[in-house]
Amino acid sequence: MKKAIKITTPLDEEKVIQLKAGDLVKITGNIYAVRDAAHKRIFELIMKGQKLPIQIKGQIIFYAGPTPAKPGYPCGSVGPTTSYRMDPYTPSLLERGLKGMIGKGFRSKEVIDSMKKNKAVYFAAVGGAAALIARRVKKSEVIAYEDLGAEAVFRFYVEDFPAIVVIDSAGNNLYETEPPKYKK
Amino acid sequence: MTEIKANQIKNKVKELFLKANFYINPDLMQRLKKALEEETSPIGKYVLKMIIENNKIASREEVPICQDTGLAVVFVEVGQEVHLVGGDFTEAINQGVKEAYQEGYLRKSVVDDPVFERKNTKTNTPAIIYTDIVPGDKIKLLVTPKGFGSENMSTIAMLKPADGEEGIVDFVVETVKKAGPNPCPPTIIGVGIGGTIDKAMVIAKKAIIRKIGQSNKNSKYATLENEILTKINNLGIGPAGLGGNITCLAVHIDYLPTHIAGMPVAVNVCCHAARHAEGIL
Repeated sequence: MKKAIKITTPLDEEKVIQLKAGDLVKITGNIYAVRDAAHKRIFELIMKGQKLPIQIKGQIIFYAGPTPAKPGYPCGSVGPTTSYRMDPYTPSLLERGLKGMIGKGFRSKEVIDSMKKNKAVYFAAVGGAAALIARRVKKSEVIAYEDLGAEAVFRFYVEDFPAIVVIDSAGNNLYETEPPKYKK
Repeated sequence: MTEIKANQIKNKVKELFLKANFYINPDLMQRLKKALEEETSPIGKYVLKMIIENNKIASREEVPICQDTGLAVVFVEVGQEVHLVGGDFTEAINQGVKEAYQEGYLRKSVVDDPVFERKNTKTNTPAIIYTDIVPGDKIKLLVTPKGFGSENMSTIAMLKPADGEEGIVDFVVETVKKAGPNPCPPTIIGVGIGGTIDKAMVIAKKAIIRKIGQSNKNSKYATLENEILTKINNLGIGPAGLGGNITCLAVHIDYLPTHIAGMPVAVNVCCHAARHAEGIL
């Protein structure tokens, strides 16, 4: 395995195009946990041309909803949720400058086309490694939609958050290139 | 006649959901370690190491293995000589779930209405409860918090009897292939064959939480389990879907008598955590 590349948020096009499918990364900085219900609300605001609860430009969205933090912990267990459910909303966020997404699983052709066009990157975090990933979250706060409970928008300050570049900004996709190597 | 208090059920349900969410079952942990030895893909090994380390942290610190602490599924076997006192059976189970999820800092992932409001109930209730009346004077509780990353990848087919074993193998393998990285592989695949369309899925779900590596008692079905497992692992999907030999940790089949005209096949997919716990009152 190659050594992990350290990256910091926010991202810009120059940083994004250097990341290649298969790279291990360690992410430091603010990332935003946004999942199903919050995506729907943000998308509705975009459709109405209204102000969004987060500045999308240059940011990384983490498809996740944490468990409540135990006393003394900055954050509860948190790992990626399956990304495809966010696909219908994603291209409009990419159009507005979203540069990175952390999740797990397949993305639609529309999302990948939009990633190529807008220069963005899709990272996978390991699904089900939520107790381990939570250790990389140093600070957590709800910044919008508190009424959604686990589906609220959280801002996490993360240090050395482990992820893998699965789909890069040129459209190279590990989910397509790796499994055939092990097929029997 | 044995008296069991509703409060005892509540307390046991609470205890079991906390246990299931914090502690990986030892048989599964063994299987993951074996998978790490067998996996040849570097990225697959990296993922498996992370999963194993995660499970150790969760049990050591009593924090959830996964942030998706699941929809609360409870299988109950009630001895017919049991007399329940001091409250309502369903309410006791739901109260146990509510207390586990609130006091144990587990995520509340239930919405009240699936289509329109989708408002979080904030208690992780109602639970999904299956009750069987059995001989005896005890209550056996088997709880399994079911995550939806894998639940969403589950399928059912009403195959023709003429489709035979081959039809079953193809359908299960195709389900896993289509799911790819989504259900958090390496998975455990529960397969329910026979009965009715609804019952097939219930036995598939219960089959997931059989002890890992314990084959079906019927050798023909045990052979079918092995055949499906091999074919799934030959797909190359690998841990986290990033390529490798270990896509599936175990295939567990259960079956029931069925109608002369049918062969229902239900595939309930489960992630690598397959959380469950059981207790007897």
